Order: sequence, then C-alpha cells, then structure tokens
Amino acid sequence: MDKKTIIAKVNDFLIDEFEAEQEDLTPEANLKETLELDSLDYVDLVVAVESEFGVKLAAEDFVNVNTLEDFYTLIDKKVN
Amino acid sequence: MGRVVITGMGIYSCLGENLEEVKNSLYQGKSGIVFDQERKDFGYRSALTGKVAVPNLKKQLSRRERISMGEEAQYAYIATVEALKNAQVDLDFLIHNEVGIIFGNDSTAKSVIESIDIVRAKKDTTLVGSGGIFKSMNSTVTMNLATIFKLKGINLTVSAACASGSHSVGLGFHLIKSGLQEMVICGGAQEINKFAMGSFDGLGVFATDEENPTKACRPFDKNRTGLVPSGGGASLVLESLESAKKRGATILGEVIGYGFSSNGEHISTPNIDGPSRAMLKALDQANVKPTDIDYVNAHATSTPVGDQNEAKAIHHVFKDRKPYVSSTKSMTGHECWMAGASEIIYSMLMMQHSFIAPNINLEEVDDDAKELNLVQKTINEKIDVFLSNSFGFGGTNSAIVIKKYTE
Repeated sequence: MDKKTIIAKVNDFLIDEFEAEQEDLTPEANLKETLELDSLDYVDLVVAVESEFGVKLAAEDFVNVNTLEDFYTLIDKKVN
Repeated sequence: MGRVVITGMGIYSCLGENLEEVKNSLYQGKSGIVFDQERKDFGYRSALTGKVAVPNLKKQLSRRERISMGEEAQYAYIATVEALKNAQVDLDFLIHNEVGIIFGNDSTAKSVIESIDIVRAKKDTTLVGSGGIFKSMNSTVTMNLATIFKLKGINLTVSAACASGSHSVGLGFHLIKSGLQEMVICGGAQEINKFAMGSFDGLGVFATDEENPTKACRPFDKNRTGLVPSGGGASLVLESLESAKKRGATILGEVIGYGFSSNGEHISTPNIDGPSRAMLKALDQANVKPTDIDYVNAHATSTPVGDQNEAKAIHHVFKDRKPYVSSTKSMTGHECWMAGASEIIYSMLMMQHSFIAPNINLEEVDDDAKELNLVQKTINEKIDVFLSNSFGFGGTNSAIVIKKYTE
C-alpha cells in the first residue's frame, strides 16, 4: 500500500471517528493537540488502525509520534 | 425531616420520545409492542418487544462521551435532558451545586457480549476499544450521566431487578428527606436487544400471541400468556421543597412514601406477603390511609402467578376501599430495570392531566383480580394521591406514594 493511500485512509477515519476537521489534518500538525487526545483515545487509535490496515500498534510505538506525519510514517512502516 | 418534591421529568419509551407524546399514548391506550423478526431468527420463543428508535447523539455529545455509552445510557441521557429542561436546571446550576444521581439498571448484556466477541475473534483485549469497560458495567448509566452533566453529589446505580427504577426514586427521596442532598436525578434505564432478554425468554414466561403484538400483553386478563419485554429511559428530578421554592421551580408532585421489602422465598415466583408489606410501609410512611389513594399503578406484568399474587396483595392492603388500578405494562410491556421510574412518570402524567390510563387488553378479568377496581377504558378523573408498585426477581419489592403538591 503506498503512503498516499495510507494518508487518505487515516484522514478518513480521523474525520469520521475522531471528529477531526479536514483543514486541520496537515502533516506538521500535532497529533495529540489536533485530535484533543487523552490517554483513553490512544486505545481507540489502535483499534481504528487495526480495523483499517490489519496491523496492531503497541503503546511504545507512540513514543516518538508527535505529528501527523510521524503517525502516517509509523503505519507505513507497520503495513509495508 | 424535609419534604421532597418532583420538579422535572423526562421519558424515552415505546409510548413516545417525550412527555407530550407519552401522555397522548397513555390517554389513547396505545400499545408500543411489536414483533421483532431478529429475535425470532436468534432463537426466541416469543419475539415480541417494546421498541424505541436508536438515538443519534452525534450533535449533542462528543466522541469521547458517546464511546462510553451503551444503549441504556443513551436512552437515560435523552430522558435526563428532558427532565432537566422540565425542571429548568441548566449546566451552570449543575456545576455550582451538589446534585446527585441514582439510576436503576441491572444489565449491559449487549455491551458485554460485543466486547467479548471481539476478544474471542481477535485474541487481543486492546481491540475492544476504550469505551468497552464503561459500557459493560451495571453502573454505566450513572457513570456516564454524572460525567456529562458534571454532577457532584451522590453517584450510584441501583441493581434490584425489575424494581431497580422504583428503589432509585425511593433512595433519592430518603437522601433528600434526611438533608444529605438537595437535588437528586433519579430514574431507570433498560436496554432493548436480542442479547439482553434471551435467558428471560428461555424461562417460557413471555407472551406467545405473536400474531397480535399489541394485544399480547394483557395484565389481569384471564387469557394472559406472559409478559413482553421492553425498555428505554426515564428520569425524574427530585428536590427538597426548600430548594424548589428557592429556585422558583414548578412543583409537579410530592414524594411522601417509600416502602420496601424482600419476600425471602423463591427466586422468581412472587408471593403476597412481601408486596403487601411494601405497600403498607409506603402508606404508613406517607401517613395516608388506604382510602386516600386514588390510583394504584400495578406492577402486573401479565404473567399468571405475578398478576394473581399482586391482585391478592392489593386487595389485602386496600380491602373494600377499591382505588382505581391499572397496569400500564399492558401498553408498554415490561420495562424491567426502568419500569419503576417510568411508571411513576406515567402516573404523574395522569395526575397532572386528570385521567387514569387504561389497562388495555383486559377483556375477561381473571377470577383473582375481580375484587380490584380495574380500569379498562380511559377515565377522566382527578388523582390526588397514587401508589406505584414494582417487584423483582429475588423477591425485591418497592412501593412509592406520591401526591399532588399543596402548600
């Protein structure tokens, strides 16, 4: 799966399930602040990624994820 | 000890999605019972059920708030929004005052089963999602509503089978009466889905007339074949009289008695003594005589032994005084954990609008109920004081007495 497709799929579930606004979803945007995530919400990100891509993220995978670009890259690595 | 009044009500049931719709259905004697093919396909002996629309709360609540709510919490939320509006209580008041919540709820079957199904399929508990635990506990209704409405007082769920909603009102009444709380949101909620009632259906106590859903539930009728499960949400704002007066609230009624008892006998078969004692305790606490009661909202679910024993208990308590009696379950079906609270609201609507809703489908009165003054058609008559009965598995009984407010 190419990265462009990954980005489109991630943005789709962030808009549908996490109530993000399309215009806020820029690669440099901060993931936690943009989605207003609390500790529980990371569990739901893991669920959404598993459902969409069939890969399982672990808590430690998020340690170096700050921006949306970091998140896309993380999924890209797991998928490919 | 202080006086306790009702200043707000909200309802989401198979008779309507708000007080006005429900009041009209009660007056018209309209049934909310349907045949549910999904239950039949699932293996139910009786696929009859009360039905409410699946709420869409996307506009009212955030994702974080919604993800922790199963259907019972959603129904309770809608009813509570109406109750708070009815009581003219806004979020600012809730934030700055110690308002409590006590709800009756005794299952979260759908949420539990769906979560466990995910773990079975994926072999990974994380994939249940963050809302799973909060949807799966019996206290799901109070934990969600206390969070959404920023409540700071008592925060408690009552699990007492089909008397849960009634006990929640009784306990809220006592907390206010004793001065421990000024305002408590009390109610009941009941999930409606094929997972919740399968084991109940398995006991063979559900009504069998699937060809005629609206006629299947017939409390006190000689030809009754069983109960029909139902559900939704019911919410009441209970408040000290002082608090209500200080706020300039409209007082809808006054709670004056709560009687409770346990049968101490069979797990499912009710008796006569336990319900009788609950009613007598409620009357005694309310300091009213049986002659003062204008209307009894019976628990009567439409099962042969339950109706029979309640009829005997009512006759034992009221003897020849004969207040009007009807079971609104003839229209709603059995709203189980919610029923005690919803039936207080149904009776309150009758008291507010001076009518007594009928016990529909009562064509041939059962021999054991012939001593009762059963209401077969809507009666336009005022109610000053009523008693509402709720009984549950394990022999838990609750009776609440409410009167029209007077200075």
